[in-house]
Amino acid sequence: MARWQGQLIKIDDYRWKIPENYKTGMRVPGLIYASKEMLESMREEQTPEQVANVAFLPGIVGYSLAMPDIHWGYGFPIGGVAAMDIKDGVISPGGVGYDINCGVRLLRTSLSEAEVRPRITELINDLFLNVPSGLGSEGKIKVSQKEMNRLMVEGARWAVKRGLGFQEDLDVTEEGGCLIGADPGKISDKAAKRGMPQAGTLGSGNHFLEIQVVKEIFDPHIASIMGITEIGQILVLIHTGSRGFGHQVCTDHLRVMEQAVSKYGIKLPDRQLACAPIESPEGQDYLAAMACAANYAWANRQCIAHWVRESFSKTFGKSPETLGMRQIYDVAHNIAKIEEHTIDGCKVNVCVHRKGATRAFPAGHNDIPRRYKEVGQPVLVPGDMGRCSFIAVGTEKAMRESFGSTCHGAGRVLSRGAAKRSIRGMDVIQELQSRGIVVKAGNVSGLAEEASQAYKDVTKVIDVVHQAGISRKVAMAIPMGVIKG
Amino acid sequence: MKRAFEIIDHTADVGIIAYGTDIEELFCNAALALFSLITEPESIQEKAHLNLRVSSDERDSLLVEWLNELIYFFDAKHILFNRFDIESLTQNELNATCHGEGFDPMKHKIKRGVKAATYHMLELDKNSDGYRAQIILDI
Repeated sequence: MARWQGQLIKIDDYRWKIPENYKTGMRVPGLIYASKEMLESMREEQTPEQVANVAFLPGIVGYSLAMPDIHWGYGFPIGGVAAMDIKDGVISPGGVGYDINCGVRLLRTSLSEAEVRPRITELINDLFLNVPSGLGSEGKIKVSQKEMNRLMVEGARWAVKRGLGFQEDLDVTEEGGCLIGADPGKISDKAAKRGMPQAGTLGSGNHFLEIQVVKEIFDPHIASIMGITEIGQILVLIHTGSRGFGHQVCTDHLRVMEQAVSKYGIKLPDRQLACAPIESPEGQDYLAAMACAANYAWANRQCIAHWVRESFSKTFGKSPETLGMRQIYDVAHNIAKIEEHTIDGCKVNVCVHRKGATRAFPAGHNDIPRRYKEVGQPVLVPGDMGRCSFIAVGTEKAMRESFGSTCHGAGRVLSRGAAKRSIRGMDVIQELQSRGIVVKAGNVSGLAEEASQAYKDVTKVIDVVHQAGISRKVAMAIPMGVIKG
Repeated sequence: MKRAFEIIDHTADVGIIAYGTDIEELFCNAALALFSLITEPESIQEKAHLNLRVSSDERDSLLVEWLNELIYFFDAKHILFNRFDIESLTQNELNATCHGEGFDPMKHKIKRGVKAATYHMLELDKNSDGYRAQIILDI
C-alpha cells in the first residue's frame, strides 16, 4: 500500500487535522488523536484516507474523529468516531462493525497477587472448563427461540433474572446492560440460529479472559471509588461481544443498506460505508436489530462474569461476595448510540458511531452510575495479552471535543498473516510463561496472530488520550493468566 | 497451471483473490479459499450434500452473498465444505450443490473463524485469462 500523502495540520502535540478541502465531498474535517511518532504508521497504512472517507457521510457533525489506536478497517477505520445529526444524518452498520457491542467487563477482587499466584494454573484450568470458548463452542445454557427473544430485549437483565450475576452488576454496566428499542422482529432467522447456541461463550480471535494484577495506581481517589485500593490486587477482565449473532445482524443489514444507498441517492467513496438515513425505515430497522445484538453481548458478558465468580469461588473455597468480586464497569466499544451533545452552543441529538472506541462521559453526566457520578465514567482499555491494560475515566473535554469518546485498546500494527509468519504460537506461550503469565488457548497456532508484537503499545495509546485530555488515567494492570478462544 | 486462489494480508483482516477460467470456476475457487482459511480442506470428506440458492442485485455482491451463506452454514450448522457444483449462475442468482461434512473437533483443525465477507475493496474483473475477484473477510 502506498504511503498516504495528504495534509495533516498540527493543532497541538496530540491533535492533527485533515482539512475539509482534502477531498471534494468531505462535509467536515478529520481529527486524529496521535503522537507524531504514531502518525507515520498511520500514513503507511493509509488510515487517514478512511477518516476522510467517513467525513462524506450525510449529516456528520463536528469532525470525523480517529483515536490513537486507529487502524485500517473495512470502510470505517477501527478506532473511528462519527456523530450524525438524527434529523438529516445517516446510520451505517460499518460504523459499528460486525461484532456489535464487542466490549469489556472488569471485575475486582479483594485477593492479592500472593494469594492467587500459587493457584493460578488451577484457576486458569478451571476457568477454561467453566467458560465455553473457541470456535464452534456452544454455550452451557440452552436458549430456545422464545428465550432468545427475551434475551434480545432484556440484555444483561435476562441473565441476572436467571441467577447469573447480581443486580448491582447492571448498575455498573453501560446502558444498564440493556439498550432500549430492541425489536426481535427485525432479526433474521439466520441471525437467531447463529446466536442461540453461542449465547454465553467467549469466542475466538482477539477475545479473551484475563486475570490481572494491579501494577500502578495513578489516581488513588478515583481508583478507591472503583474498589481498587492496592498494588498487587487481582482483577478479572472479560473481552468479548455478540458472537455470530452480531456478525449476521451486520451482514443482513449491510445488504439492505447497499440498496438504500441508491434509493436515497447517497454518494459514498467506499461501498462498505453503506448507510441509510437514521429516520428511514432501513435506518430504524438496523437500530432495532443492532440493539438486539448489543443486548445479546451484554447478556453474554454477564453469563461469563458469573462463571468467573464460580471458578474463583470453587478454587478459593469462599463465596464471590467474600472474595469481593464486584463489577467495576462494563463498556461497549462497537456501537451506535443516540445521545445529546452540545454543538456550537446548541443541544443536538446525534447518533454517535463508535467503532473501536469507548464512551467516556464526564463526572455529573446523567447516563453514568451513581457510584461514579463524582469522578466520571470508567473507561476500560485492554492491551494485548502480553502487556498491560488501563483503567481511565471520561472527562468534560471528551464531552466537548470527541462526543464523549476515547480509545478502546492497542490497535493492530502487524497483519495476521505477517504475525503468523514471524511468530509461533508455542513461542508465544513460552515467552509469556517466562514472565509468569499462564496461557490457556483453544487454538495454539492462532495465538501468534494475537502476540504482543502484532499490536501497538497500549501505554502510548493511553498517554495520547490522557495528554489530550479526553480521558484520565486511573490505574494499570498486567496479566497473570490468560484464556484465549 | 494458474493458481485457484491466493490469500492476501490486510491488517485486521484477511483477503482472498480467486481466479477462474469462467465465472463458475471463480465462485468455486472463492469458496475453496474461504474453507482453506478456516481449516485444511483435505481433511473434509464429502458426506453431506446441500443445495444452496443465493440471490443479489449484482454479480459482485452475489459473490459476497455466496461466501456469507457458506459462513452462515459453518457458524450455525457447523458444516465444512470442500467441493462445489455450480448448477446455474446468472447475473444475480446462484444455485449450487455443496459437498462436505459436519465439523468434527477430533478430525478438523480449525485455523480461525470468519465473521463475514465484506464489500470493502471488492473487485470482480474479466480479462483475456478469465475472471479474477478480490474479497476482504472480517475475521
